[in-house]
Amino acid sequence: MTDPSNSLVSRGIPAADDVRDVLPSPERLAAGPVAIIECFQQIPCDPCSAACQRGAILPFTDICDLPQVDHALCNGCSLCVVRCPGLAIFVVDVSREGDRGEVKLPYEYLPLPTKGETVTCLDRTGAALCEGVVTGVLKPRSFDRTALITVDVPKQHALEVRGIKVESRAQKEGQPA
Amino acid sequence: MMHTSDIAIVGGGPAGLSAAIVAAEQGHRTLVIDRQTVLGGQLIKQTHRFFGSKAQHAGTRGFEIGKALAAQVSGNANTDVWLDSTVIGYYREDGILLVERPQGLATVKADRIILATGASEKALAFPNNDLPGVYGAGAVQTLMNVHGVLPGQRAVMIGAGNIGLIVGYQLIQAGVQVVAVIEAAPRVGGYWVHAAKLARAGVPIHTSSTVVEALGEESVRGVRVVKVDSAWRAIPGSEFELDCDLVCLAVGLSPLVELAVLAGCEIAYVPELGGYVPWHDQEMQTTVPGIFVAGDAGGVEEASSAMVGGELAGLAAANSLRPFAGHGERMSSAREALAALRAGPTADKVRGGFAKLAAARQGRCST
Amino acid sequence: MRITQHPILDYPPKREVRFTFEGREITGYEGEPIAAALHAAGVRLLRETPKGRPRGLFCAIGNCSSCYVVVDGVSNVRSCVEPLRDGMVVARQIGHGTLPEAVDHDAHQ
Repeated sequence: MTDPSNSLVSRGIPAADDVRDVLPSPERLAAGPVAIIECFQQIPCDPCSAACQRGAILPFTDICDLPQVDHALCNGCSLCVVRCPGLAIFVVDVSREGDRGEVKLPYEYLPLPTKGETVTCLDRTGAALCEGVVTGVLKPRSFDRTALITVDVPKQHALEVRGIKVESRAQKEGQPA
Repeated sequence: MMHTSDIAIVGGGPAGLSAAIVAAEQGHRTLVIDRQTVLGGQLIKQTHRFFGSKAQHAGTRGFEIGKALAAQVSGNANTDVWLDSTVIGYYREDGILLVERPQGLATVKADRIILATGASEKALAFPNNDLPGVYGAGAVQTLMNVHGVLPGQRAVMIGAGNIGLIVGYQLIQAGVQVVAVIEAAPRVGGYWVHAAKLARAGVPIHTSSTVVEALGEESVRGVRVVKVDSAWRAIPGSEFELDCDLVCLAVGLSPLVELAVLAGCEIAYVPELGGYVPWHDQEMQTTVPGIFVAGDAGGVEEASSAMVGGELAGLAAANSLRPFAGHGERMSSAREALAALRAGPTADKVRGGFAKLAAARQGRCST
Repeated sequence: MRITQHPILDYPPKREVRFTFEGREITGYEGEPIAAALHAAGVRLLRETPKGRPRGLFCAIGNCSSCYVVVDGVSNVRSCVEPLRDGMVVARQIGHGTLPEAVDHDAHQ
């Protein structure tokens, strides 16, 4: 486990080295959708493990442990994504043929995007990385107000896309923002 | 007319409610007194999901935890709840609490008292820190999440502890632009996942920076910020200005200990716990027999610890009135839960604070 | 400004009431703190200290005394916790508050 980067501890931006510690293997990434838990700090918190129905997020020995994921057991169902208090879990699919990939991320802002909408995709710094198409918007009552957004993105950006920017309602209606 | 109760709990936040649940369950007449119009304390304005473990409602939004605890207390036949009621005094000689209620003054005599009065926001000293629009971060939360009022359009958050980072995120959710987070230390003090949410939303976090002054005449319109070196000295030439109409100060909380002082409890000054803190033992009892403290009033931590500490105080107060079977196991279990919450690296400061408190047994505050 | 839509919260509907602030009629919700109704109407400057400093809210929860206004002639009202009622006459507090009229001891001899 590497020391946390200065970028993470002073600006909240995980660096490549931080992310490498939690990334599934290239083989696993190529096999289908999988959860990536971008949680790097020993804080007292363990609901991700209880959220997983497949035992892929191993039970915690100590409440301050970092989540341990058995990526072979994970099928990318995304239940953990909407339960994590830190909104730190993302499901990524880079296994499809061709040059498109998919990211499922938690979303707690308004307005919600609509299915089929093109959105700006943001990286961990909040900078625009590429465009993507929203292919899923799930906000059932059981998700307790955290929406699960599925975005279709260029495959090469799927490991970096961690947010979306949705046009405001005013912009959608052709009014100044 | 004097109201009597087995146990009186001052404060209906997470600590007070958790204590009340235990006390009532053990069959004691319990009175919860709170100055707000609803129970829940600071929980009512927490829109984020809580951390901790299942026992402390991890994954559930704070305001839902508040509602659940309040319902448990209000629904219990052994419990009375006084809202809009402020405990304004404690008379040592007679052991009487003086309460200001909408209908007038009331007096309460209880065999056991649990002080769960929470903590209040600290201010930061800089020119123009008193301008309209310079608010405590908790105040901003209250405006947005309780009253549905937009606190401003462009905000600067001072302080990157958990409160600053969480309220920063809540500002974005309410439609406010967060221009920057300013933190004097070289690292954020709050959880990195909270900082990451802000970073993903494009909010810059400036560490090793501090506010020089707020700008504005009748209300705030900006701040001047300067970088500081490792010795906290301003670095000449590094000043910059930020336009904003809202400055949120998230620079820490101080325990509200006036009643403990009035009651004659020994008080120690422990900066790591927020300031003046009533000394208390492992069972949350102060130096005055029969008076307990729980939650932030006994040292600023967070809601999960407040809930467990409240449970501890409730167990101890109930058992001291009438010993009950299983008390020992439940107390141990609660103490272990508290220790587990305080075990990680993010609780180093708090652990250090409690070590100091234990050592300060003979300390007195000068009033 | 009021928040009309929120991703997490629902704001329950409340009864509208009217009050005046510095002679201006403002609409608010019954029972909400006076300062919330004022803030929503764009008023953040609540008083002037004896040294002429403009003040508004700070803690918004009744601890700090920054938000004093005069309500129906009564000074030192904490506008952040005082519930709004229909017909209130609210004014900025300029300088020190005034005490209620002193009891005339002679009249009670």
